[in-house]
Amino acid sequence: MIFGISIAFLLTAILTVLGALAAALLKNLVHCALSLTVTFAGLALLYLQLGAQFAGFSQILVYIGAVAILVVFAILLTRGAGIPEYRDFSSSWLAGLVIAAAVFALLGWAVARSFPANIAASAAPAVTVQSIGAALMSTYVLPLEIVAVLLTVALIGAVIVAMPESRTPKSGAEASGGK
Amino acid sequence: MTPLAAFLVVAALVFAIGLAIALTRRNAILVLIGIELMLNAANLNLIAFWRFSPHANRHNDGLTGMMFAIFSIAVAAAEAAVGLGLVIAYHRHTKTTDLDAMTRMKG
Repeated sequence: MIFGISIAFLLTAILTVLGALAAALLKNLVHCALSLTVTFAGLALLYLQLGAQFAGFSQILVYIGAVAILVVFAILLTRGAGIPEYRDFSSSWLAGLVIAAAVFALLGWAVARSFPANIAASAAPAVTVQSIGAALMSTYVLPLEIVAVLLTVALIGAVIVAMPESRTPKSGAEASGGK
Repeated sequence: MTPLAAFLVVAALVFAIGLAIALTRRNAILVLIGIELMLNAANLNLIAFWRFSPHANRHNDGLTGMMFAIFSIAVAAAEAAVGLGLVIAYHRHTKTTDLDAMTRMKG
């Protein structure tokens, strides 16, 4: 325990931040995606340390199981032959870095000002998967349905956008020819 | 118990790194990765504040913050699917994912 920070938290935080840094700096896109997965796993471990079991396992299921795989698929589908010849960072990388550092300084300043003393952690809220399910089916049933519609629309839309268009659609060609 | 400020600092670091990725990298997929990192940092903040909120402020059996994070995860998944679909569609037309080369979206 250092300043009340547990060793487990320290290790998890270092893993998370290092994964994010590796995603920012590595040249190979597949390596970036893998270090992104490490960051997602570290964040899931942080959720578990905060006593949010359901959110932690959702994080593993959704991010490591779906989003990371999606990112790898996108990288492999869009990768040309071999390493691209262009530079990895944009020409205005210095400005971006300065903006990011300024945002972190602002956030760190706000955190340091707002929490001078250790806020006593109250007893862990007794949240079971059962109570989450009951709340989703009663109090939060409208947001749940809206999210269900949103996910359906987004996934159908993503498939339609990414679907290859047929080169010479018959009806489309006639319609454009008529105009 | 690790203090709240430690979690907030980690979230701020992840957010800043995500912002740096979104602002400096040239590959469109990496920019999406940066956006995902920023969303995850926000989720970590939500869960940390949920855990450290006093009992008196807890509504709905103390589930509000947790629900916010869960819905945020669901929306982020939808965002990732649409974003990557757009990148793949753009790559099919122009054979590039370089943001500096993406100057027009008219097919």
